[in-house]
Amino acid sequence: MTTLSPPPGTSRPAPAAQAAGNEPSLPRRRRILPDRLRRAGLPYLLLLPALVLELLIHLGPMAVGVVMSFKELTQQYIRNWGEAPWAGTDNFGIAVDVNAPVGEALLHSFLVTCAFTVLAVSLAWLLGVTAAILMQDSFRGRGVLRALFLTPYALPVYTAVITWSFLLQRDGGMVNHVIHDQLGLTDSEPFWLIGDNSFAALVIVAVWRTWPFAFLILMAALQNIPRELYEAAQVDGAGMLQQIRRITLPSLRPVNQVLVLVLFLWTFNDFNVPYILFGKSAPEAADLISIHIYQASFVTWDFGSGSAMSVLLLLFLLLVTGVYLLATGAGRKRDV
Amino acid sequence: MRRSRARTAVTATLAAAMAAVTAACGGGSTTNGEGSNDKPKELTYWASNQGTSIAHDKKVLTPELKRFEKQTGIKVKLEVIPWDSLLDRILAATSSGQGPDVLNIGNTWSASLQATGALLPWDKKNMAKVGGADRFTPSALAAAGAPQKDPAALPLYSLAYGLYYNKKMFEDAGIDEPPATWDELVKDGKKLTKGDKYGIAVEGGDPVENAHHAFILGKQHGADFFDSSGKPQFNSDGAVKAVKQYVDLLADNKIAPPGNAEFAKRESVRDFAKGKSAMLLWQAAGTSLKSNGMKPDEYGVAPIPVQAPGSGEKGTRSMVAGINLAVFKNTDNIDGALKFAKFMTSDKEQRTLNAEYGSIPPVKSAQSDKAFDTPDLKVLREVLTTSSAPLPQVPDESKFETLVGNATKDLFADAAAGRKVTTASVKKELTAAQQQMRK
Repeated sequence: MTTLSPPPGTSRPAPAAQAAGNEPSLPRRRRILPDRLRRAGLPYLLLLPALVLELLIHLGPMAVGVVMSFKELTQQYIRNWGEAPWAGTDNFGIAVDVNAPVGEALLHSFLVTCAFTVLAVSLAWLLGVTAAILMQDSFRGRGVLRALFLTPYALPVYTAVITWSFLLQRDGGMVNHVIHDQLGLTDSEPFWLIGDNSFAALVIVAVWRTWPFAFLILMAALQNIPRELYEAAQVDGAGMLQQIRRITLPSLRPVNQVLVLVLFLWTFNDFNVPYILFGKSAPEAADLISIHIYQASFVTWDFGSGSAMSVLLLLFLLLVTGVYLLATGAGRKRDV
Repeated sequence: MRRSRARTAVTATLAAAMAAVTAACGGGSTTNGEGSNDKPKELTYWASNQGTSIAHDKKVLTPELKRFEKQTGIKVKLEVIPWDSLLDRILAATSSGQGPDVLNIGNTWSASLQATGALLPWDKKNMAKVGGADRFTPSALAAAGAPQKDPAALPLYSLAYGLYYNKKMFEDAGIDEPPATWDELVKDGKKLTKGDKYGIAVEGGDPVENAHHAFILGKQHGADFFDSSGKPQFNSDGAVKAVKQYVDLLADNKIAPPGNAEFAKRESVRDFAKGKSAMLLWQAAGTSLKSNGMKPDEYGVAPIPVQAPGSGEKGTRSMVAGINLAVFKNTDNIDGALKFAKFMTSDKEQRTLNAEYGSIPPVKSAQSDKAFDTPDLKVLREVLTTSSAPLPQVPDESKFETLVGNATKDLFADAAAGRKVTTASVKKELTAAQQQMRK
């Protein structure tokens, strides 16, 4: 602190003052580091350790991935991938050429992922907001229910999803036992982990895993809406639905903006759930992009191609995030 | 003004840091190192999961490693790695250079991993340190790397496919002996399929198992999945016939239960052991059957059927299956690693370990032991020496397992959902698989 505002008339050894750069009698110093910049610089200085770590842990690997995507990085070169030949934009060309098998498969996987994300995020949000609103008033057992609702979120993902994979097995799985053996809803026992139903299975498990998060965040946000608003609305004769539409949802707007974005990114990138549910090779109907890229790089040992797909995915997510923030941000400003 | 200058500074820092990180990782210089003897007193060993569980493997291997430590003073750090992550771990170790000193690899990966250059080649000099190449059975050594190259690994455990059949169920259905041709197998299978009992169990959701059977049946139909120059040819007529024949066990012949199409966690072994299906095509299943509660006298083992009695390529009844032991080239204890390889391939260890895992020693002098004279191992040993072929030892082999195995998995899924599997639909799947091999 003393460097920022030295008490006038303090005498101290010259070297220390020079090192601190605050000797007012040195005009040279003042020109290089004006007072205002020094003051503004402190927060940046304090941020520096975090920034360096962030660069190392997040941006570093990302940059490496981008470099890899321009290389022909197959098994011959993974041991020393400085030597891998530059591939130019070949990897990208193959990934986006939707008329060729590799590009076609990637496009299919991308579309599956989009459909999956839209479904899973909207269902998770809907469940979350419904449960949060219903649980706003206190009643007997509310605490227990809240805790129960949060269990999917608290369980380790592997444990939770492997249990689902047992439930979803065709022979002897509990899902089929209930819908086929007991309720008789289907003529034959359906498959859930292979074939077309695998998409539904994936959506259900993903929603089951993510909705408690939406519930948790929305529940917290609801606490911030002043009670008086509802009371005033009741006095004016607004019903339950109108209260939700006119008070609750608009008040949740800033929270929703972040929540939906976070859910979108998590769901779109989800690797754990499909990997544990289906193993290394997901059925075509549930071939999410993260698994697809994993296959392209690890299973077929073509890391350059896998990186190119990852970079495309990164660009897409950046684009969506940017557009989303712009759109919702503009909307909010108009509202205020 | 102040703002923009600060921003420039931040951007510059960012760019510099990024450049530094990229340079550090991009060079990969750490992996260039050849073997050294910097750490002569320790070794890290990655073992594959050979027993009924990881814990079982640790129990089997730990006393042996202790013995090695007593002999040489080298402490071996053991890690048993499950099959579904072993290849990923090896690839990660290869690219980072931070891996084990000695490791087990599936022998079908030998040529693929050889191409990375990460494994120590077993040239004459190194081979002499473990007693020479003559100690190993030629078929097992042929599955340790590309032909005309020094082997990339040493055979450790040998396995072969066999036809396991339930004696009681065969007797009940009035079948005297196991089928010798596929026609007989289908005929017997139909006799055995009644109510909720089925003729045969297949692991239809497991790409690797599927690929192995596609290979064996392919050989019987005179089809290779790679031509002599290593180019893929997944959709030849013979390959289509082979894959269709295998899928038809469930699709057309209906002697395998539809639910088997999603099996990928060894459920078919369990179902066979529990008497739900009467036959099983598996490699050295003895230990797993025992752990599933089936006694050795309840099942018999026969060679896998052929299309028609005959010999040569078309008489192939199994792939040369097995586990190889490899040394990472950049080990910090090259002498110790070679000593350890010698120890693991010594007659004594070969007898102990193969007997424990129910596999066959690829070391000739270790085969003469009572433990390997059980009826099932006798059959498998015979198959291995007379009628087995190694999977194509080409760098792209692991892609074959993935792509053809997955295509077969999709076809099983189609069949199980009641869709027809035709020659055309098989050809289409295999062609799509072939097209994924773009280089």
